[in-house]
Amino acid sequence: MTITVFVQFGLALFVFVMLLLAAAAMVYAERKLAAAFQQRRGPNRVGPMGLLQPFADVIKLMFKEQLRPGGADRALFVAAPIISAACAFAAFAVVPFGGSTTFFGLLPEPIALHVADVNVAILVVFAIASMSVYGIVLAGWASNSKYSLLGALRSASQMISYEISYGLSLAAVLVLAGSLSVRGIVDAQAGYWWGIVPRWFVLLQPLGFLIYMTAGVAETNRAPFDFPEAEQELVAGYHTEYSSTAFMMFFLAEYINMVTVSAIATSLFLGGWHGPFLPESLGWIWFLLKVSVLVFLYIWIRWTLPRYRYDQLMHFGWKVLLPAAVVNLIATAAMVVYLGA
Amino acid sequence: MALEALFFYAFAAAAVVASLLVIGQRNPMHSVMLLIASFAALAALYVLLDAPFVAVIQIIIYTGAILVLFLFVVMLLNAPQEDVPEDAGRRIRVHGPRRLGAVLAGVLALELVWAVWAAFGPRGAPAFAQGERVTEAVSSVRRIGQVLFTDYAFAFEVTSLLIIVAMIGAVILAKRRSDAGSG
Repeated sequence: MTITVFVQFGLALFVFVMLLLAAAAMVYAERKLAAAFQQRRGPNRVGPMGLLQPFADVIKLMFKEQLRPGGADRALFVAAPIISAACAFAAFAVVPFGGSTTFFGLLPEPIALHVADVNVAILVVFAIASMSVYGIVLAGWASNSKYSLLGALRSASQMISYEISYGLSLAAVLVLAGSLSVRGIVDAQAGYWWGIVPRWFVLLQPLGFLIYMTAGVAETNRAPFDFPEAEQELVAGYHTEYSSTAFMMFFLAEYINMVTVSAIATSLFLGGWHGPFLPESLGWIWFLLKVSVLVFLYIWIRWTLPRYRYDQLMHFGWKVLLPAAVVNLIATAAMVVYLGA
Repeated sequence: MALEALFFYAFAAAAVVASLLVIGQRNPMHSVMLLIASFAALAALYVLLDAPFVAVIQIIIYTGAILVLFLFVVMLLNAPQEDVPEDAGRRIRVHGPRRLGAVLAGVLALELVWAVWAAFGPRGAPAFAQGERVTEAVSSVRRIGQVLFTDYAFAFEVTSLLIIVAMIGAVILAKRRSDAGSG
């Protein structure tokens, strides 16, 4: 029993470190891919092929001066980046990233790869997503700067608007799987139809998947929905006044949120760690692959599409995405009842 | 079990202290943030009670929705400091609400004593047995949904009607003011 407790702690620490590394890898991938899309070389000086660039960036940021604007609210100004980063890490806790494994025979009994298997996991994800608004709003308000405040207000209204579509697209998957646990939903997608087609929910929920990914991009404030940081209008939005490690924490939170949204999309729509050719103990390879594809999609979209206008974003969120999500949920529920599945 | 008790006292203390600090702040933004801390501690208590669903709903609805609204109101009204009125009419304006507050606090204290007596007094045992059954029902989301849409369907629908009426009312009030302002 004590071994299991230790392993659980170890797993939590492992996920924490892996998320940090994933953020570093994403910064590198983002810069390299952006360079490729723009026919440049990208970072290539620090380490082989510029691989150590993110670590150099971190060291640079850590040694910068920590500034606090005059008239800023001291407590909330410090708390805001902490809230952002903590929410980003917390959301990943309920995502299972592999089946059961003994770590190549190192452990006496197989252990399931996740930090926590809560029976209301999807709601936990949703709750943490709704909490992360605070980091941004407080950062904007506490900075005592008009750019920050405007950026924060935009970001908050955007996140609140898209949260509803986000939640409704999740609800359709819940209805389909009949479970609120992410592990339960992943297990509902095991196996194949007619022996070849994987039973992934994306095939039953193509519209739901599109809605989820769109709302996910908006939730993480990424291009083409990156109004909080529209440089031409707002300098850098809510983190205009932040420097050094505090800025780094916002940056970290943004990238980890992207990984989390991709990981949840993988678990809910793409069958999680299930995939052909590999035994279940190596399922995490499939999980990594699928998350990487979605993350690449994120970067691809950012460097391909121009930013929307703010009123277009609100119009799209409330008058297109939300009705589509509601129709999708009702249709899914009706089908589940009709087929008696 | 000792660990559970430790967690209970830690979160209970956090909730009480945060709630007390809410009314002691001059800056309304700080009050809102402390209220969030208090609600988060309450959610942790629900988790300890083996009711994760209630805990998560508490976070989503109170912390995620209602307090964001609070935050917006405080931010947009731009009231960083509590106004301290200095005119002569202050005594009258302050003393009336104070007396009312004192009476309400007294009633609340009486109610609390009565509730504790009902639970722990000589005839408190049946209440506890009932409590255990409720916990069992609360832990199952499916059960809550079933009860909500069968036994309490009327109350549920009436509540949603009430919320719609409030929402339409708010939109009409806001619209009238903006029309008057522009015209």
